[in-house]
Amino acid sequence: MAYSDKVLDHYQNPRNVGSLDKDDPNVGTGVVGAPECGDVMKLQIKVDDSGKIVDAKFKTYGCGSAIASSSLATEWLKGTSVDAAAQIKNTQIVEELSLPPVKIHCSVLAEDAIKAAIDDWKKKQGATKAAEAKG
Amino acid sequence: MKLPVYLDYSATTPCDPRVVQRMLPFFSDTFGNAASRSHAFGWTAEAAVEEARAQVARLIGAHPKEILWTSGSTEANNLAIKGVAAMYRQKGNHLITAITEHKAVLDPMKWLETQGFEVTWLPVDRQGHVDLAQLEAAITDKTILVSLMAANNEIGTLHPIADIGAICKRKGTLFHTDATQAAGKIPLDVEAQHVDLLSLSAHKMYGPKGVGCLYVRRKNPRVRLTAQMDGGGHERGMRSGTLNVTGIVGMGEAARICSEEMATEIPRIRALRERLEQRILRALPDAVRNGDPEARLPHLANVSFPYVEGESLIMGVKELAVSSGSACTSASLEPSYVLKGLGLGDELAHSSIRFSLGRFTTEQEVDFAADRVIHEVKRLREMSPLWEMVQEGVDLSKVKWTVH
Ligand SMILES: Cc1ncc(COP(=O)(O)O)c(C=O)c1O
Ligand code: FES
Repeated sequence: MAYSDKVLDHYQNPRNVGSLDKDDPNVGTGVVGAPECGDVMKLQIKVDDSGKIVDAKFKTYGCGSAIASSSLATEWLKGTSVDAAAQIKNTQIVEELSLPPVKIHCSVLAEDAIKAAIDDWKKKQGATKAAEAKG
Repeated sequence: MKLPVYLDYSATTPCDPRVVQRMLPFFSDTFGNAASRSHAFGWTAEAAVEEARAQVARLIGAHPKEILWTSGSTEANNLAIKGVAAMYRQKGNHLITAITEHKAVLDPMKWLETQGFEVTWLPVDRQGHVDLAQLEAAITDKTILVSLMAANNEIGTLHPIADIGAICKRKGTLFHTDATQAAGKIPLDVEAQHVDLLSLSAHKMYGPKGVGCLYVRRKNPRVRLTAQMDGGGHERGMRSGTLNVTGIVGMGEAARICSEEMATEIPRIRALRERLEQRILRALPDAVRNGDPEARLPHLANVSFPYVEGESLIMGVKELAVSSGSACTSASLEPSYVLKGLGLGDELAHSSIRFSLGRFTTEQEVDFAADRVIHEVKRLREMSPLWEMVQEGVDLSKVKWTVH
């Protein structure tokens, strides 16, 4: 299979590989996929008090397109707001990376990972606020 | 060293230069039709075809008259399985094979199932072996054919065909073996191994693509086949069609070279395979060898790399021409049914590489390949959430995944 130059670039020089502290209340973690499907994506965001994403990291077990999709996602997430991040669509990733039809689901996985990370962060925020209100 | 390094000899081999030299005159100088009985062009072609028949027969201990030319192993397997089924239908409607056979055996068997035949699909153990007691128990008085490959194309496991042949002989059923991967790599002898039908393909043994043959036993017992193509009645009526003289000459020469050089060539290739495997396993201790570590093809290594995904690994080692047993299921690229058949866990089934070495592989190439694989597996592991979890002591089988 021929890969686009952008996929190859992200695959060879992935941006923002790594992990953030998943116990930090300002960090949201999304893990999607399953080993039996051949793809697992972990995407993390760190959000400041104004709702801006100040850091994003990923780790991906999957094909080159899945690695590229998650790498690209972290690039887009950094510096944007949580609300804007929630609007990112897999089709934008498909377009940017010129993914062929069989690889569309790799981009869906990245969109799902972003959503899961945001949900996790929101849940934590809710829990922190509730704890503060109680205290 | 030329890049990419070719380590996919089980997919196909380059033609040996001696094979090419032997073939060349048959394109335009001695170009006759081997079936032309009325002039020297035909006689020359026929003589060349008969010489090739003898060369191929010698490689497997057969008589030249027992060799039928085909377009390759796919056709030979089809002719053996469907030809026996049609010819022996009066005797019975039952055939036996194993789940790890090549598609060129599995699919003709599946087709026969749609035609009222019954097929027993034997499972295999973790190393790719069928249980011989189970095989013997499966044979009934309705069984007309057992088809089990000599060597598996993905994992290299060798079936004990002499034992299987003996069981079939004792039980009075015919035995076909697809020896496409085994020919020229391990000794084959249709007499000693009690084989009744055997498939070969030239392009896996340094001959040209698009030519192969089927060995059909002539006595004890005499095996008969129903032709699968109708036409001019070539090859004693069992396979019509003008012979591919050039290809056949090439296959003959390829077989001659294998017969004469196997004893010196194979130990060299085996040593290179061991070197490759040892280097990789030493650097990556949790890599897993697939197949039978002893009874397997000498030139093939199939290794799984847990926690990294196969397709991304192949992409990372693009300087190597190797095969991946698997890729993500979601992209309609299914993990290998052979690895699944061994009962490999998902992490392993999704991350295997088949290295197959050959006549022109060098030590330098093997070392380069090992280094590239080790480097890339380590790099991808650092990117893998599964590897991270395992380092943190997480049991992956206990995690609740979001299966999509
Ligand atoms: C075990 C086995 N059987 C059959 C075949 C098909 O052979 P051919 O390409 O000659 O049709 C192959 C090659 O892919 C093989 O490895
Ligand atoms: S992760 Fe499934 S094909 Fe890309």
